[in-house]
Formats: sequence, structure tokens, C-alpha cells
Amino acid sequence: MIYSYFPGCSLKGLGRAYEESLLPVMRHLGVELVELEDWNCCGATAYMSVDERKACVLAARNLAIAEKAGPHDLVTPCSACYLVLNKTKHQLHESEPMRATVQRALGTAGLTYGGNTPVRHPLDVLVHDVGLDVVKEKVVRPLKGLKVAPYYGCQVVRPYATFDDAWNPTTMDRLLTALGAEVVDYPLKTKCCGASLTGTLPEAGLRLTYILLKEAIRRGADVVATICPLCQFNLDAYHDKLAKRWGAVRIPTVYITQLMGLAFGLPAEELGLNRCFVPMKPLPAAPEPARA
Amino acid sequence: MDDPNWQPRIVAFFCNWCTYTAADLAGVSRIKYAPNIRVIRLMCSGRVDPQFILAALAQGADGVLIGGCHIGDCHYSEGNLKTLRRFQLLKRMLRDMGIEEQRVRLEWISASEGDKVRSVVDDMVGQLRALGPLGMPKRFEDWDRELNGLEAEVNAAQEPAGGAKPEAVHA
Amino acid sequence: MHDTSNNGDVRIGFYICHCGHNIASMVDCAAVAEYIGRLPGVAVSRDYKYMCSDPGQALIGQDIRDHGLNRVVVASCSPLLHEHTFRNAVEAGGLNPFFFQMVNIREHDSWVHTDRADATEKAKALAHAAVRRVRFHRALQTTKVPIHPDVLVVGGGIAGIHAALTLANGGKKVFLVEREPSIGGHMAKFDKTFPTLDCAACILTPKMSAVRAHKNITLWTYSDVEKVEGYVGNYTVTVRRRPRYINEELCVGCQECIKACIYKEAKFPDEFNVGLSKRKPIYIPFPQAVPQVVVIDPERCLQIKSGKCKRTCIEACADRQAIDFTQKEETVQIKVGNIILATGFKLFDAKRIPQYGYGRYPNVVTSLELERLVTSSGPTGGELVMRNGGTPRSVGFILCVGSRDFRTNRWCSRTCCMHSMKLAQLVREHTGADVTIFYLDIRAPGKGCEEFYDKSLKDGIQFVRGRVAEVTDWALTPEEEGKLVIRAEDTLAGVVRRIPVDMIVLAVGMEPHADVQQVRRLFNMSCGTEGWFLEKHPKLAPVSTFTDGVFIAGCCQGPKDIPDSIAQAGAAAAEAMALIDRGFIEQEPNTAYVTEEDCSGCKSCVPLCPYTAIGFDDAKQKAVINAALCKGCGTCVAACPSGSIRQHLFEDDEIFSEIEGVLTHG
Repeated sequence: MIYSYFPGCSLKGLGRAYEESLLPVMRHLGVELVELEDWNCCGATAYMSVDERKACVLAARNLAIAEKAGPHDLVTPCSACYLVLNKTKHQLHESEPMRATVQRALGTAGLTYGGNTPVRHPLDVLVHDVGLDVVKEKVVRPLKGLKVAPYYGCQVVRPYATFDDAWNPTTMDRLLTALGAEVVDYPLKTKCCGASLTGTLPEAGLRLTYILLKEAIRRGADVVATICPLCQFNLDAYHDKLAKRWGAVRIPTVYITQLMGLAFGLPAEELGLNRCFVPMKPLPAAPEPARA
Repeated sequence: MDDPNWQPRIVAFFCNWCTYTAADLAGVSRIKYAPNIRVIRLMCSGRVDPQFILAALAQGADGVLIGGCHIGDCHYSEGNLKTLRRFQLLKRMLRDMGIEEQRVRLEWISASEGDKVRSVVDDMVGQLRALGPLGMPKRFEDWDRELNGLEAEVNAAQEPAGGAKPEAVHA
Repeated sequence: MHDTSNNGDVRIGFYICHCGHNIASMVDCAAVAEYIGRLPGVAVSRDYKYMCSDPGQALIGQDIRDHGLNRVVVASCSPLLHEHTFRNAVEAGGLNPFFFQMVNIREHDSWVHTDRADATEKAKALAHAAVRRVRFHRALQTTKVPIHPDVLVVGGGIAGIHAALTLANGGKKVFLVEREPSIGGHMAKFDKTFPTLDCAACILTPKMSAVRAHKNITLWTYSDVEKVEGYVGNYTVTVRRRPRYINEELCVGCQECIKACIYKEAKFPDEFNVGLSKRKPIYIPFPQAVPQVVVIDPERCLQIKSGKCKRTCIEACADRQAIDFTQKEETVQIKVGNIILATGFKLFDAKRIPQYGYGRYPNVVTSLELERLVTSSGPTGGELVMRNGGTPRSVGFILCVGSRDFRTNRWCSRTCCMHSMKLAQLVREHTGADVTIFYLDIRAPGKGCEEFYDKSLKDGIQFVRGRVAEVTDWALTPEEEGKLVIRAEDTLAGVVRRIPVDMIVLAVGMEPHADVQQVRRLFNMSCGTEGWFLEKHPKLAPVSTFTDGVFIAGCCQGPKDIPDSIAQAGAAAAEAMALIDRGFIEQEPNTAYVTEEDCSGCKSCVPLCPYTAIGFDDAKQKAVINAALCKGCGTCVAACPSGSIRQHLFEDDEIFSEIEGVLTHG
């Protein structure tokens, strides 16, 4: 299977562990992700609030490039990129004037927007295209005994709940079960992590982060699994501040792809696990492969 | 021929039980829509004789709208099915006559769809404005004049007798 | 082309009504009257403030006499409202009522347009058309169609019961058809009714017994209406009676068979207790069921499914021998003149709002489930226990679940504020628990209801105004541990609140039944956009429908409480009785007829009529229309190639003149 791949700024920067784990895992499953040539920042959620037209053009350029690259779906792991690209598609579909503006702008770069490239999240691709049966087959070291709180964050299922339920998504839950892990009942799975507020308004943002981690611990989780680089960062990077302000909530937060890599027997060093602020306890050694 | 004050005129045949009631509901709800339609009340859309439609177009209507109950909901069981059948046949005839498809429209509007009356009327008026007037009565006069002229020419070539005026063409 | 045989010396009286401001504010009535007055054949042209009033109508009569009018046109509101009124006025004035034509310049003109010039031009065009048309009107007579005196009532809830009793007491024979095994509807499941806190069963069961005992009522439960044919006064209804496998005549309701059933433990969800308890395959819906007859569920009975059972039930029934496993479905046909639909409602499925945790958290229940819990004849004997045991010390009520919500249902379900307060009072009575009601607005319009709200406040029930965002079990503080937390914006205090409670009650809204589209087609009726049965007029005719002879009553017409359901049931019964006692209905003379000399015998018309009103005279080789069967749709008229079939009131010349009229004016 081939997909076009839009990493977004985070996955090349702060969230590089996500890419480091995503690409080998996908390869292991026979999925090729072909990075778009000359992609640009999607504008993230901030630009849309500043200038909708410019933000649409910025995001649409990536869609136009993807169309040019080939008939494949576009996979984008960062939830904000995922939301912005989908929102742009939505806007361009609904608004004739916006579409005209974007076409004009893209035209100056010799690009055109056709609106035919679906923008997909890797979680969607893993569960619905690759399939959990295939994932299960590749598991050599089931994550037995590992209690995981699946944390989706708020942007993947809202406002467009395209591949999972908006209120109670279960794709990640099922994926974790396929990896052999024990999924913890985590009612806050779609609650906001604080997003950029952890930087701009810490009193509000960090409080949200604290609540998520506290509840995960309370529910008995060993680790929180995420699919968004900002969520991972928020949940991982501020433990000192949280401990000082409210209390210690030391539970590691990793990417679902990192857990997948461990389950597939890929070497831990190559999955970017060393980049976590709060390290995950190493899993027991892989069981001996069954004698033929 | 280009009258800047021209407004499209639509003759509408509404069935009593569904569409006429829906138009009443639009009135009761004070829903506003274009004033270009003139409604003729019938008991059922099945009463609509294709000749009514042709008469309306011939006498100056720019469009004709037929309103009936949704399929399956006809107050008289199947009247609207007959309407649908006739309409499909009439459409082909009209096309052959060179009358644009948007000019004759069949809509199923139920008694509770007051707002649909508005949206259909406004939409149809918009489409007719773009198409321009059908202008049939004037065109009949033009064609009559053309034929008269032609006849005079032919007669002049054969005998110097003025032929009787050909019969006026009626719908 | 136009048949001018009736043209003669027409003297038309034209009247345009101001309707107060309603028409006059947008249409220049005087100008229209003046314009029409100049048309040939118009003898009188007036504008008047209220044509439908007594003096307005008298004016018509006066002019007919003074000016020798032989045609009348009134331009005012919709003919659906006042055509009858004016036809009567014309008749009172000494003229055949069908020499009248009405023009709709209110619903179709002044109320829907915004430009005075446009509206006035339209009024002129429509009036012109009517003046042209009315020339061709002929004198006609209404026909009298006899009304069968029996009535069918569909639905055995409180509305259906009341309608049936009212009619039966009036000496009419009533067939009451109910699809559940017992009548009683939703009311039978309630504990107490607001605002009097009367025991629901105590006020309902006497009426249920009266139905059973009434010699004029034939009660068919566990039955459905399968087919309806005919028209007002003459309906033929096919009723399907499902097999209970019990002979109704022989069963005395002792319930020994239930005790003796091979299933020692009740295993299957009990529908009457909305799944809160279990029943056996042989059961009686509830103790006061009418008829007091047991029923066997064919999906669950071992004997019916496998043929292998000890049949201890038959043994227990002993010499009465009421159990009959060979019973089959029965189809019965009845003839009635009128039908009253009182099919009620269903409750909103709270799972559609997953944020409220219904189905996920065991202690989130619906209002109906709570009714069953607090009622002494319910599954817990009236003890308010939570699903995982224990008595709640704090209860939260969430209002407008599936009501007033653009994501689910937009309407207000009208009774939930009141029944939530009632249940809240009962909860406090039973348990002393703290109760908080989360509301958007408190609607307490009926008699005694506002006072009931006061009492609720005095009883110490807390009210928080704000739509609840979610119900969750994640605790933020030690007090919230083990509880369900309601998160809502308290809009009056201006803060977001978290209120921990033990139990949550969802005031689920009312919805039309799932099969409402099939049902309404059966009876040739319409539903409104929301799915409730459509009444003829929301203000003036709430229990009539556009189908003559079919009436609606109770919640099937829209959410309402018990007093309003009973009022509508009485109203529907009265409407039916009015028709029956009069003995006939006056049929509009808009039937089709064949002008024999023009008919070529092509038979194109014969298969077109859904009422089989068109026959063929083989001897004469001409089509023949049975006027008694003709409903006046006009389909055959439009189809007839020779134009020999015509329609009274909708003649070709009348319609062609209308077309000409709207267009030649401009």
C-alpha cells in the first residue's frame, strides 16, 4: 500500500519521535509513506483564527501538491494538521468565493486544487485499511500486562468524526487490544490536553494536563498512548511544574506507534523512546520464539 | 423586444390537498417569496391536462409549475403517478418544440412543506430570469406576419390576387 | 374552444376583503375593486373590511337581490378556510351556491409578498381570472353520502379509551383496536399524575373496566389494522388479530398457568416494566390488564418454538382448557363510518445522547424507568433502589433530553418539566434524598401546575438553569469519588458547576412512533414535518385531518398531558358523533361525468380510477361513471382523448378561462 505523507512541522521538530516510530512500523506492515516534496506548514489551528483566507491558501497548497504527487490518500499524523487540512477541504467545498480565491493564488505557482485527495489519519489507516488482523499477526512481543490509557485528544474526532465516534472513539482501544495490551477505561480520552495554553496561559492549560494524567493514574494505567505530538508534549514535558502546583502525576506518555514498534519487536532505541521526559519502564524481554 | 421591466410570469397548478395547502401554510407562516406566480387550484395534480400547460405557455406564461403530493401520498391514491407519466412525455414534446426544460417544472410538495413552496418559486423565478421571456403571443404574431408575407410573395409570383388572411393560430 | 352556453347575460358581483390589515396593508383593495368593476359582466364591485362577517355575508345577499346578480366572486383568504362560508352566503341570497368563485389574496398574496405594487398586480390578475372563470360555472347540487354509524378507535391508551367510552355512551358501536395485549397505554405505567398526585392506576383502571364491560364496545387487543378501504361514512377495515394462544372467552385470569410454567424463573425482559424486571414466556402484562387474559410470547415459548414441552400450563388450566397452541392469526373485516386514531407516542432513546451516560452508567435511568421504580406495583415494590443496590442520597434530573435540541428533536415535549417535578417530589417522599433539577426553562402552564412548581421549590428541590454538558464518573475531588458527576453551566450564577449525585434521571422527550409513516399511509393521512399526525388546522381543527372521517386525538397529534389528551379524545368523539347523528355527509359536487355522445369507447379511462368508479357499458360501447364512487380527482378527465369526460366544478372551459385570465391581465 502506498500513501502520500505530510509530516507537518511538529514531526520534524519536537515530535520527531512520532515520525521515528511511525515510518518503521508502517514499513513493517507493508505500508509505504512517500513524503510530499516541498510541503509547507499547514498553519495549524492558530492561523485560521488570524486570517481565514490566507490560512486556506497555505493549507490548500499542500493538498494541491499531494494531488500532483499521485492518486494516493494523504496521511498526516499530527492531529492539528489533520484537522486543518480537512477543515480547508470542507471550506473549499462549501464556499465558492473561497475556492475561487484559493485557485487564483495556487495558480500563480502553477498549482490547482481539485479536492479529490482524502486526508487520512494513520490511526484510521491502521485500523481500517491495514486491518487489525494483519497487525496482530506482526506482534511478536504481546504487550501483556501493560495497562494503557488510550488518549485521542480533541481534534481527531471533532468536529469531523469521519473514522470514529465523536464521543467515545474506540479505534485506538481496539488497536491496543490487538497488540495484547490491557486497555484501561478512560473517560477523558477526548478531553483537551491544554494545547497551546500550556505555554500562553499555563494556569488554565496545565490544569487540564494535570487532570488527564491524574485520572489515567487513578484508573490504573501504566502508560498513556497518544496520537498527537502536542498532546504527547503537554502530557510529558511539564511534570515538574505540575508537581509543584498540584501534585506529582508521573506517568509516561508515548505514541501509539512506539508501542506498536515494541510489540513488533523493533529495537526500542530506534523508536525514539529515549526522547520522552518521563521514561517508560522497559518491557520484559521478548519471549523466545516458539520452536518450530 | 428587450423590456427592462419584464418580470417572469409563472402559472402554477397546485393540488388542493398537498401543494395548495403548503402554499397556505407558507402564508400563515408569513414566509416571503417572489410574487411572480399565479396559482390555479385543482383537486389533484392528475387533473392537469397537458393542454393547460400548452395554453399557459401560448398565452404568455414564461413558465409553468405543477405541484402535487409526494409519490405514495396522493390523496386520491395514484393521481400523481399519472401526472408524472404525462409530464415525462410532455417534456419530450416541449424539447422538440424548442422550449427550455426549466420552463415547465413538476414538484412534489407536501402539506407541511411551506418553506419548499418558497424555495421552488424563488428558484424557478431565478432560472426564468436567466432564460428570459418565452414571449409566445408576440412570437405567434411574428410567425403569422412571416407566413402572410410568404403567402403574399407566392401569390404575387403566380397571380396578382390578394389571398385571404390565413387563420390565426391558436393554442 | 370555450363552451359559452352559460355565458348569456352574466351579472357578476365582485367583493374584495380587506381582512382588517391582513390584506389591505399589502394590497390596494380599492384599486382592485375599481379595476374589476370596469370588466365586462361585472355588475357590482366592492371592497369591504370583513367579508366573512355577518354584515359582509348579508351584503352579498342584498346585492344578489338588488342587482340581479347571478355570479359572485370574493377575493379574500384561502378557500380552504371560507369557501363554505361564502357558498352558504350566496345560497342564502337565493342563488345556487356553486355560482361562486373564491380568490386567495391573503395566504397566497398579502401574507407572502413584500412589495405593494407587486401584490396589488397579482391580486388584480387572480381576481380577473376568477371573474372570467365564474362565467362558466353551472348550477350544481351537493350529494348526500350516508354515514355508517359504527366507529373504529385505533389505540387503547387514555385518549382511545376516553373516545371509545364517549361514543359508546352515546349509543354508537365502537371497535377499539390495540396492538399491545392490554389497553392502558403509557398512563398504566405511571405512579402518580401531576399536579394532583392522583394515583394513575386508580383513575385509569375504572375506565379500562368500563371499556371491557360496555356492551357497545368490541375490544380487540393484540391486534393491528392491516388495511383501510373506502371513504368517509363507508370504510371497510381489515383487522389482524394476532394469536395469544389463549382462548379469551375461557381464560379467567387466575394466572395458575404462569406459576406452573416450565420456566421456574422469569427470564425475559418485562416490557411493561421497561426491562427492569423479567417475565416468563407466558405472562399477563400487568395485574390490572384489560382484558384479564394471559398471553404467550411465541418467540420465547418452548412449546411453540420446539414442540417439546411438558406443557405444565395446560395442566394447571385444568377444566377451563383456555390454552390453545393451535390458535392462528385471524383476519376480520369491519365496516365503520368514522375512524379515530389515538396511537400515542414513544419515548426518545437516551442512547442517542451518549454524553449523558445512559446504557454506560447503571445509575442513569429514564423518567419512565423511575416511574416503575417508585410505583408500589413496580419491580421493586415502590422501593427506590439503584441498579447496583442501595438507596440514593442525591438524585439529579436532567430535563430536555431529546427535546428543544437541534441535534435531536427541536420541539418541546410539554410534559417533562411537570413530570420531572412530580417524580422529584416522590423521590424526596420515598428517600429524603437531595434532588437537583437541571433545566432550560420550567414550563408549568396547566391548572395547578405553577402552584406545583412553587411546592417543589418549597420542598427543597434545587433547580439549576443550564443544559447539562455531560455526566461522568471521573472524580476531581474526594467528595466526587464513587458518584456520577453532572457538569453543567449554571447560567443564573454564571459558573460552570460539577454536581456529584448517586443517581441520574433523564427526562426523555416524546417522539412519534417508529412506524408512523406506514400507519398514516394506511389511513390516507399526512404527517407534519416532525412526524406527528397532521391536523386540519392547528388552531381551529386540531382533531380533524384532511381526510374526512378520520380524526386524531392525544399524543399522536403532538406531545401533551393527560387532561389535554382526554379533551382531544372527547372532541374527536364529538366530531364523529356529529357526522353520525346527522346521518350523511355532503359530498362536494366535483365528480367526473361522461358526455355520452362524445365518448368513442376507447376505454383509456377505465383502468385509471383507483376507486373503480369508471365502468364500461358493453351494449352502448361507452364509458360510464358511478358518481357515488367518484372522488373527484379529475385524472380521467385529463386523460380522455376525446374530451368526453368532464368534471363538475373543474370544467375545461373554467380552467382555460382562468389561465387566460391570469395572463391577459398581465
